[in-house]
Amino acid sequence: MATTDNEVKELIKREYEHGFVTEIESDTFEPGLNEDVIRRLSEIKQEPEFMLEWRLKAYRRWVEMDEPEWAHINYPKVDYNAISYYSAPKRPEDMPQSLDEVDPELLRTYEKLGIPLHERAKLAGVAVDAVFDSVSVATTFKEPLEKAGVIFCPISEALQKYPELVKKYLGTVVPPGDNYFAALNSAVFSDGSFVYIPKGVRCPMELSTYFRINAANTGQFERTLIIAEEGSYVSYLEGCTAPMRDENQLHAAVVELVALDDAQIKYSTVQNWYPGDEEGKGGIYNFVTKRGACLGKNSKISWTQVETGSAITWKYPSCILRGDNSVGEFYSVALTHNFQQADTGTKMIHLGKNTRSTIISKGISAGRSSNSYRGLVKIGPGAEGARNFTQCDSLLIGDRCAAHTFPYIENRNKSAIVEHEATTSKVSDEQMFLCRQRGIDPEQAVSMIVNGFCKEVFKELPMEFAVEAGKLLEVSLEGSVG
Amino acid sequence: MLSIKNLHASVEGNEILKGINLEIKAGEVHAIMGPNGSGKSTLSQVLAGNEAFEVTEGEVTLNGEDLLELETETRAREGIFLAFQYPVEIPGVSNLHFLRTAVNAMRKHRGEEEMNAAEFMKLAREVSQQVDLDPGFLKRGVNEGFSGGEKKRNEIMQALLLQPKLAILDETDSGLDIDALKVVSDGVNALRAPDRAILMITHYQRLLNHIVPDYVHVLADGRIIKSGGRELALELEEKGYGWLGIQDDNASN
Repeated sequence: MATTDNEVKELIKREYEHGFVTEIESDTFEPGLNEDVIRRLSEIKQEPEFMLEWRLKAYRRWVEMDEPEWAHINYPKVDYNAISYYSAPKRPEDMPQSLDEVDPELLRTYEKLGIPLHERAKLAGVAVDAVFDSVSVATTFKEPLEKAGVIFCPISEALQKYPELVKKYLGTVVPPGDNYFAALNSAVFSDGSFVYIPKGVRCPMELSTYFRINAANTGQFERTLIIAEEGSYVSYLEGCTAPMRDENQLHAAVVELVALDDAQIKYSTVQNWYPGDEEGKGGIYNFVTKRGACLGKNSKISWTQVETGSAITWKYPSCILRGDNSVGEFYSVALTHNFQQADTGTKMIHLGKNTRSTIISKGISAGRSSNSYRGLVKIGPGAEGARNFTQCDSLLIGDRCAAHTFPYIENRNKSAIVEHEATTSKVSDEQMFLCRQRGIDPEQAVSMIVNGFCKEVFKELPMEFAVEAGKLLEVSLEGSVG
Repeated sequence: MLSIKNLHASVEGNEILKGINLEIKAGEVHAIMGPNGSGKSTLSQVLAGNEAFEVTEGEVTLNGEDLLELETETRAREGIFLAFQYPVEIPGVSNLHFLRTAVNAMRKHRGEEEMNAAEFMKLAREVSQQVDLDPGFLKRGVNEGFSGGEKKRNEIMQALLLQPKLAILDETDSGLDIDALKVVSDGVNALRAPDRAILMITHYQRLLNHIVPDYVHVLADGRIIKSGGRELALELEEKGYGWLGIQDDNASN
């Protein structure tokens, strides 16, 4: 067709709007990883003794492990000793006690990112925890949450204030030895969010964490733990950005969710780490383990993710459906452009009776990127009446990108019903011609077509995020087709 | 308004249009008839700016402006509208959103204010009734699961919304039953205006009973071989394309 490579190239010029660096004085560890580094980290965080032991044990496991190679991604070996494992903005005092004490430069950073750290900000219904490099810098709306009995704080603070609670659940869903990156995270995680919703409480507002990697040559290893007690409900949102740097940066997070009887957790992510430039230089390596355990009967965990950033994404938010009648959901939009690579999907492990899971995955590939869906649906022998429905759609833009689907199904129960549907389509020249013939800009047309393709997933996102996600796709796709 | 001089166009190296000459003035309705493969659809696609076709020779001007120099979307904003023979589906994009985006692109181009969702909804409901479409269809995906008749009515509705200077209707009658044909024709007749031209492309005469053209042209093998008034179409119907020495696979229709 007449859509020329030049047009594609012309349009592929994409600006990453969060690429600025904040000039702020930081305390940063020398690069390198050993037991001393972990001891120092634990000490700075003033952690209870058990935590240091836990970290060291994880580190010893990690040293014995090999980096996984099964994913459909290619990258040069990471030198784990060239990374600094802790970086925090320098402050006169230990930690800011209130928002007023937060460094104004930091507040400006978050303002620039459109994240309100002022409680009277227009995004009133959302409480925010902001994690900057290795530390949480601010948490908003603490008071109304406390009134409801909800705990929402940096995990480092939770370790000091609620050590028993953290100890009880940390590593129960993602054990330190689960995989290479989870082990690394367990050894060196620096901060992240901790959420506890007591029995019968519907969390009065959306909880949100924004992660920002700022310092150079620093990895970010955050750890999030969310516990929803019996009959409780919480919706949690996560956003991430990073400056444009020529070097690759490592982000290896672990997220654990625990839902007890009749509890519901809705976890939404808009991941917009720096994806690297047009030549594939720089960008974040995003190696993340996210897993939720539906421990209680009738519990529900729902993952919604919009992945547009990162040079490499390796991520499989999963559900272990242990409680009878529990429900797992995974809604995903993964967009890759230029030289980005994504290998993402989910695992639905059905153990309880009448457990149900739904997987809707939308992969969009543009430029020379590679986008893979990898999903496991496993039905245990005891999962009488389990049901799964999987729909995997891929959309290709241009003719140099790739889309792959790797579905795995293991069924050990005859009464289970597992359905899998997959489609691959292209943004067709006919669709583009129709839009343009109606006076619509090519770029707007692509974003409209892609948004339509993602509609089933976007409707699962909380309102503010859905709008943001749509805009993000628009920016990310800037110039992907002629 | 539209002036086509010695237009040659090809697709994948095959020449389809071999020297078209045509003048269309504001207020006129022209019909282009011809057998399958004569280049009728190609002409409409070339005028609208489908990049799959390459113009190798000739010129086209719209109100004196070189049309071939303009991008597809600019031509549309300048008033060229093509009602597609086979409108493509855009899954998940609501008709309403699509139409409003299109209308606002035009308005912006003319320096007018964009319409908000509520204003547009009102307008779209009115126009959808004009072509006998249930307003509920505005919420459905663009052409998604539309019947053939709905797709055609949707195309005419878009013409009514966008108010083009030149509306090109590519086989808008094909696949319509007699009732739908009436609805579509009424819609097209509502488009007739002193400052607007209509170019109808059709294989059959029957559409012209409903939308009476001022001029009829017969296209064969990439050239206009005969032009005349309304009576030419009737004569063609009576005598068949063979009368002009043209092969037509569908002659029995």
